[in-house]
Amino acid sequence: MKKILIVDDEPNILMALEYAFKKNDFEVFIARDGSEALEILKNEHPNVVLLDIMMPKVDGYQTLQIIKQNENLKDVKVVFLTAKSKKEDIEKGFSLGVDQYFTKPFSTKKIIAEINLLLQE
Amino acid sequence: MSSFVLFAIIILYLAFLFLIAFFAEKNRRSKWVNNPIVYTLSFGVYCSAWTYYGSIGEAAEQGVRFLAIYIGPIIAAPLWIILLRKVIRISKQHKISSLADFISLRYGKNRFLGALVTIVCLMAILPYTSLQLKSVSETFEIMTQKSLMKSNSIFTDSTFYISLILAVFAALFGTQTTDASQKRRGIIFSVAFESLIKWLFFIIIGIYCTYFLFDGTSDIVNQFKSQSNFESLVTLGSFEGGFNWFFTIMLSFIAIFLLPRQFQVAVLENNREKHLKTAIWLFPLYLLLFNIFVIFIAWAGKIRLGNDVNAEYFTLLLPLSEGNIFLAMLVFLGGLSAVISMVIVSSLALSIMISNNLIIPYGFLSKFVKNEPEKNERFIKNIRRVAIFFIIIVSYSLFYSFSAKMSLYSIGLISFVIIAQLAPSFFIGLFWNRGSSKGAIIGIFIGILITFFTLLIPFLLQANSLHPQFLEEGLFSIDLLKPHALFGIDFLTPPTHAFFWSFTVNCFCYVYFSLSSKGNYRERNYAEMFVDSKNFTDLQDNAFVWKGEAYVSDIKEVLMRFLGQEKATRALNIFFAKYNLPRNTQFADAKLIHFSEQLLTGSIGSASSKILIQSVVKEEEISLVEVLRILEESKEAIAKSKAFKEKSLELSNLANQLKEANLKLIEKDKQKDEFLDTVAHELKTPITGIRATTELLLDDAAMPIEMKEQFLNNMLQDAERLSRLIHTILDFEKLSSEYHQLTKSTNDISKTIARAIASLQTMAAKKSCAIIQKSTYSVTVNYDEDRMIQVFTNLIANAIKFVEPNEGLITIEYLFEDKQLKITVTDNGKGIPEQDQQFIFDKFFQSKNQNTIKPIGTGLGLAICKQIIDKHQGAIWLDNSYKNGAKFHIKMPLN
Repeated sequence: MKKILIVDDEPNILMALEYAFKKNDFEVFIARDGSEALEILKNEHPNVVLLDIMMPKVDGYQTLQIIKQNENLKDVKVVFLTAKSKKEDIEKGFSLGVDQYFTKPFSTKKIIAEINLLLQE
Repeated sequence: MSSFVLFAIIILYLAFLFLIAFFAEKNRRSKWVNNPIVYTLSFGVYCSAWTYYGSIGEAAEQGVRFLAIYIGPIIAAPLWIILLRKVIRISKQHKISSLADFISLRYGKNRFLGALVTIVCLMAILPYTSLQLKSVSETFEIMTQKSLMKSNSIFTDSTFYISLILAVFAALFGTQTTDASQKRRGIIFSVAFESLIKWLFFIIIGIYCTYFLFDGTSDIVNQFKSQSNFESLVTLGSFEGGFNWFFTIMLSFIAIFLLPRQFQVAVLENNREKHLKTAIWLFPLYLLLFNIFVIFIAWAGKIRLGNDVNAEYFTLLLPLSEGNIFLAMLVFLGGLSAVISMVIVSSLALSIMISNNLIIPYGFLSKFVKNEPEKNERFIKNIRRVAIFFIIIVSYSLFYSFSAKMSLYSIGLISFVIIAQLAPSFFIGLFWNRGSSKGAIIGIFIGILITFFTLLIPFLLQANSLHPQFLEEGLFSIDLLKPHALFGIDFLTPPTHAFFWSFTVNCFCYVYFSLSSKGNYRERNYAEMFVDSKNFTDLQDNAFVWKGEAYVSDIKEVLMRFLGQEKATRALNIFFAKYNLPRNTQFADAKLIHFSEQLLTGSIGSASSKILIQSVVKEEEISLVEVLRILEESKEAIAKSKAFKEKSLELSNLANQLKEANLKLIEKDKQKDEFLDTVAHELKTPITGIRATTELLLDDAAMPIEMKEQFLNNMLQDAERLSRLIHTILDFEKLSSEYHQLTKSTNDISKTIARAIASLQTMAAKKSCAIIQKSTYSVTVNYDEDRMIQVFTNLIANAIKFVEPNEGLITIEYLFEDKQLKITVTDNGKGIPEQDQQFIFDKFFQSKNQNTIKPIGTGLGLAICKQIIDKHQGAIWLDNSYKNGAKFHIKMPLN
């Protein structure tokens, strides 16, 4: 079973995503910010992390960098899902090594399809 | 004292002077050698043996009248800052090497004028130098108490050897470089030293005579009063005496500028212009102190030694009569110093004139053409060395054959009168651009003729005990042509009489012939440069007007003759670099011609350099109108460039202002961008929630009912959040508008605050934070209650955001003071970082110290508060001294 870690500080969005991924046969972990996410990653090894950028405490960029530096998490795909939709924001994301970049508002169907695609690679 | 011992002392002293001069040459750049004091002391070369001995003789016979010679320079001193500075600037710019060069350059590098000035200087200075040597001989005689003149051969005469040593000194230190405009530190430093020595020893003897031989000045005056015609010696006498005084002062005024030795030390050896500032007060002081004791020494001598001895040597005779040989020795050395500095500087100045203005331009120019640069250099130096020896030997022979009958003082004055003939062309020429070479030459000629007739010839005749008829009856027995009473003016002494007539006629001729003839364009060109020197110093090479055809290669060849290949090439390269010209430039322009002439001026004089350069270029005549037009253009160019400078300064100021404004705009833009980003993010978040949830609800018909309810509730929340946000933004925009009106009414502040707190209790409860209203008494004030509730709500809501959960304490209190209501809202949160404090009321600003990286709110809360309070004519600010959280103050007028 595919595992996903969803990180977002907006409970309503988190709730919608959690429901959608569970419905599509993912094992879902959720975190409210970067530090929670990193805590979970100590014990779990998801296939993909769906990451918001603007979050309290540890933001998406920092979380991404920490994941990318961790040898154990080398095979974990990281995907940004953020309201930051400017061209330079997207470029910054990819330059930091993110695997995919989605902007808010989003279609859950499309996101699930894209992530499935990403995991088949 | 034996003459052998005295001679040995003299030789020792001279050797010491050589050492000093060597030291100064070795340390050319040292502070000790280059300073305003040395410069000022070198002016002391004015005080020759004439001052040292002669003025005492004059004071003994004529009383205070001797002072006139020193009052002239003292009056002139303040003018130096204008006059001398101008002369120094011009001389430096044109590499002037002598007085003759200066005058010749002013009148278009006129060769004849330069030679004429040289001859005038020789006439004035040679007899004067010979008198200096005479004083050495006579004082030597007094010291050894036997007559040197008895020896029949010059080879047994110590004065001859002393003269020769002086010539060696001058030749050694005066001709080190071919470029005569170079400074001679060695000579100047030793002259300054001698000035100090003679001054010091003179004051010592003055004190000795006044306070040791007598009981102070009043004792001398009292004793002297009883025995002579005292009254006439302490006053100027009648109206005639006043005239004599006046003209003598004028004469010395001119001499301090124009004596070749003064021109040498003051202008040519000037190192820094600012040294003049010291000289203008220090040199008059030097002269005043020098002359303080003169009258008392003179009277002391009269009282002690009577009228039988030569009063000029009282300073030696008085200590000797008391048996004080040591003191006499000091005085002798002081006198010797005066002589040495005068003879050396004068012979040096004259030798440069003789070489650069007399010998080289007349006849030796063609010689240079064929020779090598080293040879040419040596040749020029040798001309000068020979000239120095020539001057000193001629002076010596003059003294040897005529001296006995001439007094120091009278010869000194004759020298002044002759030199004064240069004054009209020098002074008027500096300020009047019409002065022409024709006027200058005729003026000097006539002036010299008159001086000869009224002063020099009668003086020489009388000195040799001849009394031809014309002295008494006038030339051709015409009464009006009496040499000492020309046209009936019989109340002046011979020197002042001669000065009056020669000077007046000289000035008249100068002005008349200048006005009646037009000078050629070259003359007018230099006239403009001299008269308007301030403008043309900036113009430099551009001020020189020239038209014609010339090849750089020809000019270079001329330069190489004097400078050698390496120096000439380097000089030209510097020139080309300065004016951005390629190195292989073929045709020379006016600037290059002028530059080359200047390069040679120091070595061979301005007239010769002109002749040499002109020999290889084809010059065309330019009309005067054209000269003036070109000069005018140059001046305009300067004015324009000045205007440009001002404009560009203005522009750069403007550019700076623009830059600042731009920075402010960028900062504003950035703030606005950040605000829009934040707003966009805030708007997107609820929309994202709504969109995602709607999609789920639509697609998943099988969703459990509880889940459905949850999602619908979330959607409702998001929708409310969205409308709240839009409301805040609109509200802020509304408040920003100046047309927005408050709805004021009379309210009780305690109730308003209570309402605000009540609306936030739920939010506070979530964080278990306490809100306490400390003041509860009622105060009625006129304000818009809804808006004020908004203010308190914002402040308290902010506070709730920043306090720690379970520990939060927010207090609100208020008080009356100075007809104002002061409200304070305090929390115990983390406070606002210092760097943020000044921005918190700006719209769109969000403090970085929020405990989340993601900003909370819109960044509009405090901006809205400020707008509301401002509209109430109140004030809101942060208490930046409060460290335990944040503390806001509000002040509102009680109207």
